[in-house]
Order: sequence, then C-alpha cells, then structure tokens
Amino acid sequence: MKEFIILAVVTFFSLLTYWLVEPFAHSQMHAHVESEGFAYADLPALTKEGNATRGADTFMAGGCIGCHNVQALGMETGMSAKDAASAYGVNPPDLSNAGAIYDAKFLADLIKNPAHATIVEHKFNDMRMHPMPAFYGAGGDDIDQEIADIVAYMQSIAVQAEEVTPTMAFENACGRCHAVRYTNWTQLGEMPNFKYKKDDLRFQADVLDYQDAVKAYMGKLPPDLSMYIRSRNEHFISTFIENPQSQLHGTAMPRTGVTAHSAEKVIEYMRMAGDPLVEERNETGKNVMIYMIFFVLFAYLWKRQIWKDLH
Amino acid sequence: MAHFEKAKSLNEWLDQRLAINTLNRVLAKEYWIPKDINFLWAMGMVLAITFGILLVSGIFLLMYYQPNVDLAFDSVNFTIMQEVGYGWLWRHVHAVAASVVFLIIYIHMFTGIYYGSYKKGRELIWISGMLLFVAFSAEAFSGYMLPWGQMSYWAGMVITNLFSMGSLELNGIVEWIRGDYVPAQAFLDRFFMLHVLLIPVAILALIGVHFGALRLPHVNNQNGEEIDFAVEAEKYKAGNKAASKVIAFANDFMSKDLFVVAVFLVFFFYLVFWNYGFAMDPVNFDPADGLVTPAHIYPEWYFLWSYEILRPFSKDIGLVAFAFAQVIFFLLPFLDRSPNAVPANRRGLFSIWFWAMLVDLIVLTAMGKLPPEGIYSTIGLVAALVFIALWIILPIITKLEKKL
Repeated sequence: MKEFIILAVVTFFSLLTYWLVEPFAHSQMHAHVESEGFAYADLPALTKEGNATRGADTFMAGGCIGCHNVQALGMETGMSAKDAASAYGVNPPDLSNAGAIYDAKFLADLIKNPAHATIVEHKFNDMRMHPMPAFYGAGGDDIDQEIADIVAYMQSIAVQAEEVTPTMAFENACGRCHAVRYTNWTQLGEMPNFKYKKDDLRFQADVLDYQDAVKAYMGKLPPDLSMYIRSRNEHFISTFIENPQSQLHGTAMPRTGVTAHSAEKVIEYMRMAGDPLVEERNETGKNVMIYMIFFVLFAYLWKRQIWKDLH
Repeated sequence: MAHFEKAKSLNEWLDQRLAINTLNRVLAKEYWIPKDINFLWAMGMVLAITFGILLVSGIFLLMYYQPNVDLAFDSVNFTIMQEVGYGWLWRHVHAVAASVVFLIIYIHMFTGIYYGSYKKGRELIWISGMLLFVAFSAEAFSGYMLPWGQMSYWAGMVITNLFSMGSLELNGIVEWIRGDYVPAQAFLDRFFMLHVLLIPVAILALIGVHFGALRLPHVNNQNGEEIDFAVEAEKYKAGNKAASKVIAFANDFMSKDLFVVAVFLVFFFYLVFWNYGFAMDPVNFDPADGLVTPAHIYPEWYFLWSYEILRPFSKDIGLVAFAFAQVIFFLLPFLDRSPNAVPANRRGLFSIWFWAMLVDLIVLTAMGKLPPEGIYSTIGLVAALVFIALWIILPIITKLEKKL
C-alpha cells in the first residue's frame, strides 16, 4: 500500500512538471490561431454564375497565357522557369489544374486584385506593382461576370477537386518558392539523375539563378520545407497556409488560396517528406508494447516466486 | 607458475582462472541489501538499464552520423530517420532515453535526500552521484549539439558564452572552447568527441566509483534503521530468510529491480513511439542558422531550473547564482548538520525543507521555459531567491534538530 502512495506522489510531481513545461509553456509562448476552415470569409462572395465556354474566350482575351502555361492544353509561354523568375520574381504557376487546387472565391479576387487576395498589400502598392497585373475587363459590360466565366473555365479544364494529389497541390501552390530536399524537389522541379557531372552542375546553377530571383522578390529565400512537419505542428502549418499573416505578421509569403482539400494534400506531402514512417512507427510500437506486457508479467511472477521465502 | 588441476567442468575451469565463484558470491549471492525498501530503491537499476539503452542506441546512431556542419542535420533527419531501416527507432530511443534518464536521476536524487542516504558514511555515494549528474549533464548537452539544428546551435552559443564570465569579458576562453568565433566545424567536432568518447568513459568510471562507494556503508533502508549486516546475513545463510533483515543482491533484490525496470520500460516505450515531443524539441528540426535567432531559446527541461537561477538576475549576479546552484548540491552531506539519518517525515523542519526544495525546483523549471515577462519573471526571481535561502538555512535548521 505504502508503495502505491509513493508511486502516486512521484507520478503527481512528474506529471505536474511535464504539464508546466510542455502544454502550459507552449500555450504561453505561441499565440493560438483558430482555423477558418479555408472559407476565405474576408473575400467577397461570388455573385455571378460563370460560363466556361464564354470563359475560354475571356481567358484568351485577358492575356493570361502571356505569362502562365496551361500544359494540359499544350499552351506554353515559351519562357523557361528561370527566365520567368528573373522577369516576374517567381515563375507564374501553370493553370492546368488551378481551378481544382485553389478556391474559386480566391481565384476571382486574385484576378481582380492580386495583392489583395494574397494579402501582400503591405508589399505591393501603386509605387511597386504586383507582378501579376490586375484584370480590368476584356471589353464586356460586367467585369465580375467575365471573372466568373474565367474561373468557370479554369475549373472546367482542371481535374476533379478530389483528384488533386499531394504532389500536384504542393508543386503548384508551394514548390515554386520552396525546395524540399528530402523529396528531391527544387524550385525548378524534381532534381533529375544526370549521367554527366556537368549536366548536374548546370541544373544546379539554374536552380541557384532561380533562387536568386526569388530571393530578390521575397526578401529572403523561402525555407526548405523538408522537416517542417516536425519543426512546426500540423495545426500551425494548416492555419499558416490559410493565412500566413496570422502567425507571421508582415511576411512576404502570399496567401496561396488553396482549398481545404488541397491544404490537406500539401500537409500530406510534407509528411511524406519529413515523417514518412508514421505507420511503421505505430506498428512497431504496438508489437513492442505487446512484448513489454509479457515481460512485465513474467518479471512479476519471478519476483513473487523469489520473494515468497523472504516474507 | 601456479599449479592447476585438470578441471572437471567448464565452471571449474573458469573458476580456476577467473575465480568466478568468488566473484559471484561477493558481488551477488552474498552482497547484502536491506529488506525494508520500496520501489524507489530500484532507480539505480533503472538508471543502469537506461544508460545501457543509451549506449547501445548511440552505437547504432554512430554508424551513420556525420559530424560535419553541412551534413550533420541531414545525416540525422534523413539518413537515420528515413533511409536506414529502423534508424528512426534508434534515434527516438536515444533521444527519449536521454531525457527520461534525467527524470530518473532526479527521482533517485530526491529519494536520497528524503531518506538521508548521504549521511553517516554514505557521503561519497552522494558525491560520486553528483559527479555522475554533472557528467550526464555534459553528455546531454554535447549530444544536443550533434543534430546541428537551431536549438543545438543557439544553445551552444548561449552556454559557451557563459564562460566569458560576465563583466570579466574573457572572450578568449569562449573562442578557445569553440575553436572559432561562433559555433562552427571545430565546435561540432570537439563536442562530437566529448559525446562519444571522453564523457562516456568518464561516466563508466564514475559508475564504478558510485557502486564501490556503496559497498562498505551498504544501501540505506526505508526507516533509517541501523542494521548489523553480519548478524542478519548469518540468519539468512542459516535458512531463516523470513526473519533476516537482509536479502541477497541476486536474485532477491534483482527480481524486484527487474519488475520495476519492466514497468518503467512500458512507460519508456510509450514515450518513444507516441509521445516523444518533449524530448525532441520541434525547433531543433530547423537546421542551424547563425543569422536567425529562434523566438524562444530554452534548454531541455532538465536544465531549466538552473537556467532560471541564472536568468532573473543581472549578468554578474546571475552567473554567481548559477555557479552556486551547480556546486551546492555537492555539499549537501556537510550542510546537513543533523545526526539523524532517517526519512525526512521524522525530521521536523527538514521535512518542510525537503518539500519546499522540491516545489521550488519545479517552479524554477516551469519559469525557466516560460518567456521572462511580467509575472513569470517575478515568480522566477522569487523562486531563485528561495532556492538560495533554502540552502543558507539548511545548516541552521538541521543543527537545531534533536537527536532521535
């Protein structure tokens, strides 16, 4: 009985210390940010029903493909990612699946006012223009209708929303600024296996050039995200993707405007990069625990056998 | 050369050459332990096992770790955690054991303080134990440098800066320790050496001394009873085990130890697989970057109390208080003037002192992690002053204690 009281005292002080230095201390050190479920409530609601067929024309007339590739439809700007980055600061995203990866409301606001939708108005203004020009209409009477049409068109050419994969979401929404060396991802795409060293060096030099452009555009090179799943928790990453300003006020990182589904896929990608063996860990843990319970049982029986002569 | 008879069995052959039967008798079968003990007496064995786990897991990690500032982070977080089969398991085991070992050390220490196990011939057990605590601290700190993450780098920066001795500004010493102006390759190399060779060797030697220091005064018991070990051992050997106040180290004491170890390991492996965050700080999963200071720099939880004795004061006073905290526990056997080597609950004022010290250390630990702002820095300052005051009054209150 006495031993149980002692055990209770030891456990109490251990758990108290744990609670103070872990859950409590971390709640005091980091502001808690609630998720808004990727609703983008600050953006104006869509009022117009888009028409994809009309949108195809507006899309072309609006000049989107001057800067954006749409590889799924064979539309290419003819500019390399590196050149695009030195021209615009960062390589503009391919729009093949943008309609599925990004939220419709976000896309509509982005087309109308890029700095507003991405919450980087502290960085871009009349003196320093956002590299993506705002869309001022393609000659129609109602700009909102035209934008709704473009968004409908982008959705029509994209895969189904649920078909967005982790790689697709990450590469399009994050991977043009962030490298992930544990998945071999560079800002110029996956690092190929070269036969000759000089090809390898050439590729790496291109990556460095690209990174220089991004550095000039963002102020610093956005970090490699390989271990972010462990250096930040999932809640942090999720709310950060939703609105970077919420946890890093004044950051140059734009809001990416991904849908809730795509955000999950991005996190899945980061798990793949930084903590891919979760299942193996749980499985091994289970087996070790089963072994340990038998170990405790046998150790107890042995102790009882030895001590029955001692009492 | 001595005369050797032809041995009739392997046991006899070995006994002729290594005296294994004598060793077995002296170290196990007739190494007498008091019977009146509780599970806290098994903490020594738990520590030995945990140290064994650290040693074995460390050897596995050493096979893939690269002590190079450009490679260290990835060799840990990619090579070991992802590419090597079950490398993650060894890393988690190593990291969690390194943290949990301090929990057990603290329990072991407070057990010693509570039961007065540093008095009356047991002073060297306490002192060698404190040396082990210092060696384990150095081992933990040097190991923390190796993944070369943000906390490795900045903890290395902060702790080595302490050696400039505040206003004395002995920056030359700091550079000498680092081998550079900032933590860099030379720094990583030497802490790697310390972690995998010099300190482990010192720990092994100290464990030997610690065990040796235990031999003559014997293990303490739950009631502070003075036992005539020779008489009680005779009773035991005569077969009167139930009446004897002692038990043999093996298998009597061992069987209980093993059971406690088994229960401990269930808790340990739960942490390894499902709750390792406390031992593997998220900030250290960012690679070292000398140009970005983390928002909050704090040591691992087991150093927080002494960190908080350093922090609430001005630079020089803080360093003096910090130095005081590092050495004062060594002096416990001499500052406790009481003639009674009995559990704290029977020692009047000392009983209050014990619980006050325990609670104060927990408060210091909590404040050491919290940002030093507002109420937290006030509480931290008060707790640091209480810590110092407790040590100052210890000789007085124990001197007043009546002999039981």
